[in-house]
Amino acid sequence: MAKTLTHLKRLEAEAIHIMREVVAETERPVMLYSVGKDSAVMLHLARKAFYPSPPPFPLLHVDTTWKFQDMYRLRDRMAKDSGMELLVYQNPEAKARGINPFDHGALHTDMWKTEGLKQALDTYGFDAAFGGARRDEEKSRAKERIFSFRTATHGWDPKKQRPELWNLYNARKNKGESIRVFPISNWTELDVWQYIQLNDIPIVPLYFAGKRPTVERDGMLLMVDDDRFPLRPGEVPVERSIRFRTLGCYPLTGAVESTASTLSEIIQETLLTTTSERQGRAIDKDAGGAGMEKKKQEGYF
Amino acid sequence: MGSDFTPETSSSPLPLAGGVGGGPVDTTNRTIADTPSPSPSREREGSSYETEALIAEDIDAYLDQHQHKTMLRFITCGSVDDGKSTLIGRLLYDSKMIFEDQLAALEADSKRVGTQGQEIDFALLVDGLAAEREQGITIDVAYRFFSTDKRKFIVADTPGHEQYTRNMVTGASTADLAVILIDARKGVLTQTRRHSYLAHLIGIRNLVLAVNKMDLIGYDQAKYDEIVADYAAFAESIGITAFTPMPISGFKGDNITDPSENTPWYSGPTLMQHLETVEVNLATDQAKPFRMAVQWVNRPNLDFRGFSGQIASGSVKRGDAIRVLPGGKTSTVSRIVTIDGDLEEAVAGQSVTLCFADEIDCSRGNVIAAADNPPEAADQFEATIVWMDDAPLHVGRSYWLKLGTQMVSATVHEPKYQINVNTMEHLAAKTLDLNAIGVAEVTTDRAIVFEPYVDNRTLGGFILIDKITNATVAAGMLHFSLRRAQNVHWQAVDITRDMHANLKNQKPAVLWFTGLSGSGKSTIANLVEKKLHRMNRHTFLLDGDNVRHGLNKDLGFTEADRIENIRRVGEVAKLMADAGLIVITAFISPFRAERDMVRAMLPEGEFIEIFIDTALAEAERRDVKGLYKKARSGELKNFTGIDSPYERPDSPELRIDTAVMTPEQAADLIVDRIIQ
Repeated sequence: MAKTLTHLKRLEAEAIHIMREVVAETERPVMLYSVGKDSAVMLHLARKAFYPSPPPFPLLHVDTTWKFQDMYRLRDRMAKDSGMELLVYQNPEAKARGINPFDHGALHTDMWKTEGLKQALDTYGFDAAFGGARRDEEKSRAKERIFSFRTATHGWDPKKQRPELWNLYNARKNKGESIRVFPISNWTELDVWQYIQLNDIPIVPLYFAGKRPTVERDGMLLMVDDDRFPLRPGEVPVERSIRFRTLGCYPLTGAVESTASTLSEIIQETLLTTTSERQGRAIDKDAGGAGMEKKKQEGYF
Repeated sequence: MGSDFTPETSSSPLPLAGGVGGGPVDTTNRTIADTPSPSPSREREGSSYETEALIAEDIDAYLDQHQHKTMLRFITCGSVDDGKSTLIGRLLYDSKMIFEDQLAALEADSKRVGTQGQEIDFALLVDGLAAEREQGITIDVAYRFFSTDKRKFIVADTPGHEQYTRNMVTGASTADLAVILIDARKGVLTQTRRHSYLAHLIGIRNLVLAVNKMDLIGYDQAKYDEIVADYAAFAESIGITAFTPMPISGFKGDNITDPSENTPWYSGPTLMQHLETVEVNLATDQAKPFRMAVQWVNRPNLDFRGFSGQIASGSVKRGDAIRVLPGGKTSTVSRIVTIDGDLEEAVAGQSVTLCFADEIDCSRGNVIAAADNPPEAADQFEATIVWMDDAPLHVGRSYWLKLGTQMVSATVHEPKYQINVNTMEHLAAKTLDLNAIGVAEVTTDRAIVFEPYVDNRTLGGFILIDKITNATVAAGMLHFSLRRAQNVHWQAVDITRDMHANLKNQKPAVLWFTGLSGSGKSTIANLVEKKLHRMNRHTFLLDGDNVRHGLNKDLGFTEADRIENIRRVGEVAKLMADAGLIVITAFISPFRAERDMVRAMLPEGEFIEIFIDTALAEAERRDVKGLYKKARSGELKNFTGIDSPYERPDSPELRIDTAVMTPEQAADLIVDRIIQ
């Protein structure tokens, strides 16, 4: 009788295979680490892929200075536990100009994240960057390759993607080009959650419901994470039992009211919910239907 | 971790009951279509409603079920007109993979740009990129995900037009199953044949013939039977031995998840039922001999050395005897290491790290295999090649070839033929253009470990990479190797070539004398050997004429025979150098390519090309053996310098100008050069 690998075991094996290929065939790989649940799974897979060696690349956090405090705490702990070098990059120009999500809207994401990422990759000379994007997240991601090439100016051309056959990846690149590699492309949100549960992977506590100070603004439930949050006239933070389905910059990430305090309950809530995952994030909405595709052509991850 | 595996009964993937009215069709026995159709044996189970109830009432039971699901990857083949995107949209919709906000957006988009009037246009869910949405066509491979209570599915959605053959081949390369869509109003079309051929070519054994848009022909059984019979005849003609036909409507939902009331005459499985139960490739791969390509050597400290890779086929247990190819050294597996603790056994599809009981050479590009059943290594193959680049194949140009974790230089010969993907005719071809498929010989610059593609996708499938643009320009599938040595395995020996040389207290070398007949090669070579012998050097002289009395007495003087003559001498010289000897050879060896071939056989620095440079007039004047006279009179054909060219070495290690040097002086110069 044949032993059949479960879908999670197959997805894990595929991701590990991809990570090892990148390490073998590129000069200076790095893992982008955003501290979210997908990053948590990526880091765990990296540790599995190279055990007993520590993963032979650093973690890079492109920081906007506007992440939740809980995220910074977990980031530092995970870097220490994994024995990996943690590089934190903050775009100096954005810092100098005081770019923030309250006053600058879309410019905030562009300067801190898109520009910050390009600068960080150029500064350190990384030729391959692992990212935790999944094809089920968004329509344009469904067509992106696992090895996604970027021009010297970090642009993405969806019409010039290399064919990817079997499990053979072509990591050869021209001078100045770099690769974004997405080892968990074929995972769904449910797979990510279940993998976290089965492997007991630490995640930011904000994913679990808890009483937190919130305000309701423009149809989103925002958490007042520190005293930089400018309250509008009449706004008073209210304690609500909330949790987050995705984590980004705290003023840009909407919470949902919830009492889900265990992974099983989170998964249950996710499965029964009627809105798709990224709805809590403002980023996909900027440019109508083609929002993410446009951002990617400009160099967003 | 016992929970890693889900036991799966090895039921036949293609039960033959049912015939046209029901289950799979066996094209080799079409009379089975006449047998009465059994009634549906499967009950409706696991509907999305029940799944939702389970999630709400007992999430842990649901997760336990989900945790044990297997995975099936499949591809849908057809064009927009066949309702392919609609079908995929329907599968996502029926398995509750569409969230409410997506559905709201879909309803709005359907009214704005949809092609279904006021009804939901499922195709809009699937057509991703902005450019595609505008043009209303799918131009790339998109991957979709859904799951039922039995399996998780990954669908590769690829375009159907001929100009997108490369996309279809790409999507099919990872698929266990292909759904070939037919528009019931149109029947078997050229594109149906093309899609079926490509799916078969890439090795997909599970084919579903989905006769779609049954609603538009009034669910007419006779029409359906006719289409299936048509297809069966075609399928058999290209070697497809079995397929599973079903009447469906992606738009109306007939026979997608639930048996349709509109087709009471059809008693086979619904599409979803079939996808949930068909056997996946991994199951069959496990039954094959063990092979794993080494991706990375794991060496955290001096006490640990592990070899990381993904198991391509078979299984491996602690204590198993293995062989590392192409070297051929053997050892046993001492550990199967994972972060969760050592495993006793690992199977095809798993990514693992193996440790050996012995310290043997093993690095990226090597293949670890069952010791008693290793794959072959070869450097010349016949292969099917799918060209994927705008720039056509350049015959004879060097490309990178990646197979498993091996990366070598390769050249493709002029195609034996190209295949017309619409008619399967063989056409003459000088090259291969974008989307062309042909059969050609491929030569690699060193032997690679391989298996025929039909036996092992991982060790038989390769890509070609342009060395200048770095683009992936082709995909290939190896048929077989063209050298007779294919079943000869390299026997590893303990006494190495360095040990042979050290015992003789010398550095092995091949002194390769080249030059015209009568240039003085043999005379000088003989003097060199005498001098080295007096200096206690272990030498051996291979002379052109002498070798032709024995080893090469079956060879004549045609170009092919002269190349083979040099190849054999090169191989003998290499063996002698391996034994630690200083080998001296004296052959005209007029062609640069053959001299370079011998140079490539030897380690760097051991091939010393010595060009005995004597003008043709002078050599002809000496004419020691009277050969030039015979050649001039036409009595001797293909004589170098007269009616066959001599290609002067571009940069020999030594050039001896016999016009300014005596043979004795030349020999001293050569001896100095190698004894220094």
